[in-house]
Parts: sequence; structure tokens; C-alpha cells
Amino acid sequence: MTDRAACAIEPMARAATWRDYVALLKPRVMSLVVFTALTGLVCARAPINPILAAVAVLCIAVGAGGSAALNMAYDGDIDAMMRRTRGRPVPAGRVRAADALALGVTLSLFSVALMGLAINSLAAALLAATIAFYAVVYTVWLKRRTPQNIVIGGLAGALPPLVGWAAASGTAPLNAWLLVAIVFLWTPPHFWALSLYTREDYAKAGVPMMPVVRGAAATRRQILAYALILAPVGVAPAFTGLGGAAYLAVAAGGGAMFVALAARLAMSRAGDLAGERTADGDLYAVKAASAPARNLFAFSILYLFLLFAALLGEHLLNLPPLGGWR
Amino acid sequence: MSDPKSEDQPAARARRGRNILLALALGAFVVVVFIVTLVKLSANGPQGF
Repeated sequence: MTDRAACAIEPMARAATWRDYVALLKPRVMSLVVFTALTGLVCARAPINPILAAVAVLCIAVGAGGSAALNMAYDGDIDAMMRRTRGRPVPAGRVRAADALALGVTLSLFSVALMGLAINSLAAALLAATIAFYAVVYTVWLKRRTPQNIVIGGLAGALPPLVGWAAASGTAPLNAWLLVAIVFLWTPPHFWALSLYTREDYAKAGVPMMPVVRGAAATRRQILAYALILAPVGVAPAFTGLGGAAYLAVAAGGGAMFVALAARLAMSRAGDLAGERTADGDLYAVKAASAPARNLFAFSILYLFLLFAALLGEHLLNLPPLGGWR
Repeated sequence: MSDPKSEDQPAARARRGRNILLALALGAFVVVVFIVTLVKLSANGPQGF
């Protein structure tokens, strides 16, 4: 796919500031990781010292930041070719790839070591696996080779609730894996909806995203298929002793909306035409034909946030679950 | 490594900002390890880690 040597990154534009190094950690992604990990930690209902709980969340945040820096160090060449990513510190020439790599390795090692020493070895092992999966399996192996890149690689983004659960309890029960399954099944429709109207960038960079390789129509059908699986799996925690009545209402309503938006997208022509974005800096500014894809992308973020917020709220308020295998 | 004397003002300011961030991060790490040690010792007695 992409020839790394053939892609030029901007020469050093100006001295990097501390903000550039913070940007390497992908703070917005980090905030979602922290949120899902915190939910897993609280849902475990295990006695853990609040200070140690905060340290566990800090380790997960730093580990996520480290893996993001490793990703940016490796992907500088293709990031430089895509409008969405060309302003990042490495492709913009503000931070050298070697410096991003050093930062990523350092943060990854420190986060895993501290997790192991302060919390427990299961959480440390899962955190190490998450970082390695994102940095090596997804970034190096899958991203440039297969349209299933974000399907398989999505496991890295799905594991943080399990890491949080393991940090609190030292165990990884089925309910923790159910949270992983929700994020795992959510990832393909989320990213494919986005890639439907950014596929020109991916094609230019040689990244074999589903709309680039299989076409927009096949991608729209696959998004609907994943939505049909995700909606019932999203409701499942209400029947496994994890979620309560509020969670059931949010998951059922959100899941129905998710499927409705995916069905509308499947019947649309989103992704069929070129040049569907109308503004470089605004990820949500698209032409009317791509509105169904943009709408599903935007709603998918809200849906995942609401699911985990409902679980977190119920557990913090000590509301009873509906019952199940817990 | 660039010669600090030949650095222009923005570059020197950027370097100083990076150094401060690094110092704060290292300081925070030391504080976290210290607090974790105290919590562990108080919870587990002499076994510690």
C-alpha cells in the first residue's frame, strides 16, 4: 500500500512547543479512553482505595497518550497527505518522528510499570497489551494492509473498560468483556461513517479503508449490519446484572436510533460522489448527499457516551441492576 | 543539539516551555510514586509492594 519513503513530511517548520507534545497524546481520544476505563473501574464494584483508583486511571490515560504518540510517529507520512491529520505535529514538521517515538515509548513503559507496581499485574498486562495492539497490530500491521484494519484494530480502543475493571478487582469477568464487545462493535460503523465522506483522503494516502477498497454501497450495507448487531449487544448489560432501568431505557432508545440512522444511511447515496466535505477544518461540514453519514458519525459518539454515562451514573448512585448473572 | 547562544527568541522560549513541562511531569511522577508508597504501606503493613 503506502510507500513510507516516498511520502515527504514537512521539514522542521519551527521549534516544538509543549503544546505540540501534548497534541501527540491525542487528548480528545484520551478523554474517551479515560471515560470508558473509569466506567469499567466503577462498575467492578470492588473495594479500591480512591487514590489508587485515580492512579489507575492516570496510568490508563498516560498509556493511551503513549500509544497515540507511537501511532503519530509511525504514521507521519500518511498523516501529511490527509486534510484531517496534516496539521498534526509530526506531518507539520514541528516534532521529529524520532522524538514522538521516544515520547511514546517512555510514556508506555512508565504507565505499565506504575500500573504493575501500584495496582496489579493483570491490569498492567492488559494495559501493555492494549498499547501494543494499537501501536503494532493496528498501526504497523493492519492500517495500511486491509479494509478490516479498524475492525480488528478496534479491539485496542475497546479494551480500556476491561483494564479499568481489572484495576479495581484484579479480575476480568464476562460483564467486563461485554463492555469491550460494545465498544468493539461500535467502532466499525463509527469510523466507516466518517470514512464515507473522507475517503478521498484515505485513497490519496493509500490507506485501504472500506469505502476505498469495497466502495460506498458495500460500506453502507456493512454499517447497517454492525448497527443491527450493536443495538442488542448494547442492551445486553441490562440483563446480565450490570445495567439498571435507566441504562435499559438509554440503550434501547439509543440503539433504535442508531439502527434507524444506519438504515437511512444504507438507503442513501452517501460516499458515492467525490468532494463531499465543504470545509477543511470542520469534520461535520458536508454536502447534503453525505449528511446521513455525518449524522450517524455524530450520533455514534453521543450513543457511546450515553451508554457509559448511564452505567457510570447508576453505579455511582448505587441504583440496583435489573438482574442477571452477576 | 543546537547552540543556545545562537538560538532565536521563539526557539529559546519553546525550549524553556518544553523543559518546564518535562520537569513538571517528572515531579508529578515522583509525587505519585511517593503517595502510592504511603497508601500501600498503610494498607499492607510491612509487605509493601
